[in-house]
Amino acid sequence: MNPAAAMRSDSAPATGEPIVSLRGVARRYGDTLAVDTLDLDIARGEFFTLLGPSGSGKTTTLRMIAGFERPSEGMVQIDGKDVTRVPPYERDLNTIFQDYALFPHMTVAENLAYGLEAKRVPRGEIPGRVSDALDMVQLTDFGHRNPAQLSGGQRQRVALARAIVNRPAVLLLDEPLGALDLKLRQEMQRELKRIQAEVNITFIYVTHDQEEALTMSDRIAVFNAGRVEQVGSAAALYDRPASEFVARFLGSSNFIERDGRRLMIRPEKIRLAAGECLDGPDWHGEPARLTDAEFVGMYTRYGLELRDGQRLIAHEQNLPGFGLGVDVRPGSQVALAWHKNSVCYFDKMDAV
Amino acid sequence: MESRLTRWLLGIWTFLVLLFLFVPVAIIVVYAFNSSNIQSWPIPGLSLKWFGSTWHNQEVRTALWLSIKAALLATTLSVLLGSAAALAVHRFRFFGRDAVSFIVVLPIALPGVITGIALNSFFGFWHFGLSYWTIVIGHTTFCIVIVYNNVIARLRRIPGSLRDASMDLGADGFATFRRITLPMLSTALLSGALLAFALSLDEVIVTTFTAGAQNTLPLWIFGAIRLGQRLPEVNVVVTVVMLATVIPVILAYRLMNQTAADSGK
Repeated sequence: MNPAAAMRSDSAPATGEPIVSLRGVARRYGDTLAVDTLDLDIARGEFFTLLGPSGSGKTTTLRMIAGFERPSEGMVQIDGKDVTRVPPYERDLNTIFQDYALFPHMTVAENLAYGLEAKRVPRGEIPGRVSDALDMVQLTDFGHRNPAQLSGGQRQRVALARAIVNRPAVLLLDEPLGALDLKLRQEMQRELKRIQAEVNITFIYVTHDQEEALTMSDRIAVFNAGRVEQVGSAAALYDRPASEFVARFLGSSNFIERDGRRLMIRPEKIRLAAGECLDGPDWHGEPARLTDAEFVGMYTRYGLELRDGQRLIAHEQNLPGFGLGVDVRPGSQVALAWHKNSVCYFDKMDAV
Repeated sequence: MESRLTRWLLGIWTFLVLLFLFVPVAIIVVYAFNSSNIQSWPIPGLSLKWFGSTWHNQEVRTALWLSIKAALLATTLSVLLGSAAALAVHRFRFFGRDAVSFIVVLPIALPGVITGIALNSFFGFWHFGLSYWTIVIGHTTFCIVIVYNNVIARLRRIPGSLRDASMDLGADGFATFRRITLPMLSTALLSGALLAFALSLDEVIVTTFTAGAQNTLPLWIFGAIRLGQRLPEVNVVVTVVMLATVIPVILAYRLMNQTAADSGK
């Protein structure tokens, strides 16, 4: 298989034996099905994201991989071994918790040493490994502090250091950036990517933030109501969503009825012109009426009404010689066009 | 205008309530330093002589020693049983869990007379002679509640993710208990123990029904007052017991507040 094809492949892991495999895993709480029969393969060294709205089963799936929850059915494999009945403290992975879960009665250094002591790392090695981990998250001089004396971002870094100091094969991250403000969050996103490249650990990342998932992940599994809707790279999910749910959950999208089916087109893939219909061999063009225009800065957002009354949104970049320009006012007739490869069709019964 | 008047009246009212609560206590403390053996107001002079005679009173010594022994053992038992019950109720979902947590707390709501009579007839039924041990059992029934309440309140404030994190880092259930749960419970256990000790030390009602021929300190006081004997020494004993109970209670209160502030972060 050539590398480019592997990168684009929609559901197969990128390379080699999977480090984590879920085989027919399901989790029920009484009558409610939290996770429906699920198969997933996560490749060694991958940044894999479980993305979905709250209650979609992504955190339950993560907790089953960690060992905090036992699947009602199916098997969890780590590095080829069946660990379905193995307790969390015997699994070769570590977790960063949503609330960081730093031990409040221990200093930062003691928090980091905790896992090493539990895993019976020789006493002499512990201080060196603790300070290496602190260096890696740029908290070199913070070892003697108490978690209560740290800011949110610093606690986040300590949680990260505590999880990687054990050098696990897999790192699980449960919405780790949820409590941080936007700027810090973006900084930590880059930091996480850098550290992942540095330590070469498989990251399994849970988030409900689609932008975070798109920018950070090698592959993403989109969860909805306990099921995985689609697994693939960010580009694959965005350009070739397998269901209407995925199309709606990632980015913005237009849906219109065409020939008895649902057609999806992303707003930025619609091209607008003031006069003639844009048309070409692979292009579809049609007239529309401009209903409104909003200047957003990076782009302008146009509201359009088709001849049959259906409505669309189009985003046009504010580049010289591009888009409609300032002369076109709401109410005018415009021409829109899209490339035939930019649209997706869904069956009507697929509607969310 | 009106609010100022209200504030004044409220202030006076609060002052009166405090007077009502503490003047009797203060009078006893003052009487403990009375130079006369007749309780009359104002006292004729100050003296420490009753402290000396109380110290040498063999009855008081025996009673004090019994009280301390009973309080120590009752506290130890309550800490063990109360924290075990709290851990079980907090950690596990089992049939009758809510019933257990209600029944454990019940003795504190039950009038002491009822607990006392019930224990007394229970011991009688089994021909279990009233002794030091029956006093300890009686005290443990209500001291458990204090420890249980303290510990369960703390357990509910410890986030579940800390246990998960410890297991995740490689510690098994026992190591997690020893290194995470127990240290985080320590101040709750200590304050629970101090309160239980204070409660046991001045208990009268349940003790009346569970002590045999022996007197705990509160029982000795009660007896002496009823017979109108040795009143100056009673005043001394009351003063000392009051200090001995107030100190652990203040310590416990501070411990609870301090850790509440810590974990409030």
